[in-house]
Amino acid sequence: MKNQINISDEHLKELEDEAIFVMREVAAQFEKKVLLFSGGKDSIVLVHLARKAFWPARIPFTLMHIDTGHNFEETLKFRDDLAKEFGAELIVKYVQDSIDKGRVVEELGVNASRNKAQSVTLLDAVEELQIDVAIGGGRRDEEKARAKERFFSHRNEFGQWDPKNQRPELWNIFNGRKHSGEHFRVFPISNWTELDVWQYILNENIKLPELYYTHKRKIFNRNGVYLAWAPFMQLKPNEEVFETDVRCRTIGDITCTGVTLSKADSLEEIIAEIAATRVTERGGRYDDKRSEAAMEDRKKEGYF
Amino acid sequence: MGINGKSTNKSLLRFTTAGSVDDGKSTLIGRLLYDSKSIFEDQMEHIVQSGKRLGREELDLSLLTDGLRAEREQGITIDVAYRYFATPARKFIIADTPGHIQYTRNMVTGASTADLAVILIDARKGVLEQTIRHSYIASLLDIRHTIFCINKMDMVDWSEKVFTKIKEELGLLINKLNISDAHFIPLSAKYGDNVVDRSENMKWYNGKTFLGLIETIEIRKNKNPENQRFPVQTIIRPHTTEFHDYRGYAGRIAGGVFRPGDEITVLPSLRKSKIKSIDVLGKTLSESIAGDSVAISLEDEIDISRGDMLVASNDIPVISQDIKLMICWFNERPMKVGGKYLIRLNSNESGGIIKNISYRMNINTLEHDFENTTVNMNDIAEITIKTSKPLFFDSYKKNNITGSMIFVDEGTNETVAAGMIL
Ligand SMILES: Nc1nc2c(ncn2[C@@H]2O[C@H](COP(=O)(O)OP(=O)(O)OP(=O)(O)O)[C@@H](O)[C@H]2O)c(=O)[nH]1
Ligand SMILES: [Mg+2]
Repeated sequence: MKNQINISDEHLKELEDEAIFVMREVAAQFEKKVLLFSGGKDSIVLVHLARKAFWPARIPFTLMHIDTGHNFEETLKFRDDLAKEFGAELIVKYVQDSIDKGRVVEELGVNASRNKAQSVTLLDAVEELQIDVAIGGGRRDEEKARAKERFFSHRNEFGQWDPKNQRPELWNIFNGRKHSGEHFRVFPISNWTELDVWQYILNENIKLPELYYTHKRKIFNRNGVYLAWAPFMQLKPNEEVFETDVRCRTIGDITCTGVTLSKADSLEEIIAEIAATRVTERGGRYDDKRSEAAMEDRKKEGYF
Repeated sequence: MGINGKSTNKSLLRFTTAGSVDDGKSTLIGRLLYDSKSIFEDQMEHIVQSGKRLGREELDLSLLTDGLRAEREQGITIDVAYRYFATPARKFIIADTPGHIQYTRNMVTGASTADLAVILIDARKGVLEQTIRHSYIASLLDIRHTIFCINKMDMVDWSEKVFTKIKEELGLLINKLNISDAHFIPLSAKYGDNVVDRSENMKWYNGKTFLGLIETIEIRKNKNPENQRFPVQTIIRPHTTEFHDYRGYAGRIAGGVFRPGDEITVLPSLRKSKIKSIDVLGKTLSESIAGDSVAISLEDEIDISRGDMLVASNDIPVISQDIKLMICWFNERPMKVGGKYLIRLNSNESGGIIKNISYRMNINTLEHDFENTTVNMNDIAEITIKTSKPLFFDSYKKNNITGSMIFVDEGTNETVAAGMIL
């Protein structure tokens, strides 16, 4: 590479250029802009890319976290520190508030999760704050419905996605025009794979929550997926909690984020582990296992 | 990529599938991933279970890309699916597009960012109207490399004669369309012959397998290395004490090489200045090339806003309100002479009115139809537009970025056409 950007891999440079281009289009085409920040690696990479896209100015997006109340504690601290470090505005919206207001009914039973309820809280926030664009860290390689999504993904006034009738998206010309009440979801890292994200984190020296590295944790096995144990989680009779060395491959709501048995404590080791793995990162996500088209259905309702 | 636009093997190859409905595009992509061991266990388990639920008797690899409920029920692709895969030789971004004419706009979406088109042909059927339409669209989009896959060879007794006959048929098409780099592979996506592994059934073919070819094919990316073009996306003004006077023009270089000290002209104002610095997150670059997302600051304070463009002072693009171009029409309502649309060219926006339709392409004969010039959905035509303000542009052949535009219906906000400037 002729220029002095510190990225060894040519393809990562191309993905970065594309993502920065998309972020800048968002800044130019919309009014009330949020970046959906979950505390997971993809959204941390988004924040890094946003800094790159607008340096030396501040990130022109408000960070927004839809908090299920079922988080790893460390994630919240990491979120607050990061917002402070980069001088970004942070808004937190609570699923608990939506439940209290009767907007959603809390799921009951052993598989109860507030993951799906997040859509309601998110759409309420979109309406209340008149958000016209929400940037997300979704990647097409994550899941088969996501594989179909545009960079600029239109949502009607009910916040719904219509996968059978998406706007054509030609070259890198993004059409963000909409009627009032409608909004867009934009996915700057659409074309990145999980491995690309990790390689980029390594190359760019991006700080991550310790949860991504090996640590001791109480877990249990549910239908072949290891879930982190937390006091509010109900166990089935055959499930037993034990402590071992694990790390998170993705970080989301505790109730549906699987953990991986691993002793990897450096980015290099994590990358080697992921390069050799035989299951996708969402293979450990309980929310996707619920039905054939779980993600598509949730996305149609307004999920991330 | 080197400055000369040639790529090394390590680079990213973006390719699109194309061809008529049911020719086996999705199955080919599924087979490619399956035989190259790029399918994860949970994905595999999922498509096996789905296949059973849908009553498929055999493993259906198209389920890997046909991920929408409606697609699985109907057994067709509706919208582009993107898939990612890598071998030690290369990284690939695959756009698996629909063959059905109704979804041509989605095919164009997938193809518009591709460097290589993989066009499938059902060996039993030969060249069909959609084969021609997609090949023509690929050539219009300036996709410079094409692999024609003659698929379903298992259904024609693996016959070399059938393959040769289709190859001849394609020869005519290739001549008419001026496709410079064309390859031909006989294969069976369903059974895997010549996809990743060499076919035992077609010993008469000694060319490369599909994977072998996409790993080694030399790609000329459509990047313009000569003409300096920098469309401004947004302005960076920090308003902090440290960077009080900083004013950066953010954008992605659309052509040429930019260096500090270069003399440039700003369009449309025609004011001149020099590049002061090129920055990315605290680093100052000594040089930047087409494709790079950067922030450029200038020596002089000039009024510049989104939609403006920095170009070499001795190499200014066309500046005009009258533009001749080829368009693909995507909307159910036909295009009308006198119709007004919003035009997006890079970051620039303008009103546009359809002045004239020169001809409509007859896809079957690839001849220009001057008589019936009604442009309906999925039609391709040569037209002239007048814009509400002067725009600056190159021909699409010269520069894919400064030569492409979209048409937006201001009532519905839909993207109704893709345009390539002549
Ligand atoms: N016998 C045979 N059948 C094939 C082959 N390739 C694909 N098929 C079958 O052809 C049908 C259509 O295949 P798809 O892969 O869905 O076709 P497609 O080109 O993706 O179709 P669209 O995306 O809807 O345009 C399926 O039933 C496949 O199993 C092949 O090589 N041999
Ligand atoms: Mg298909």
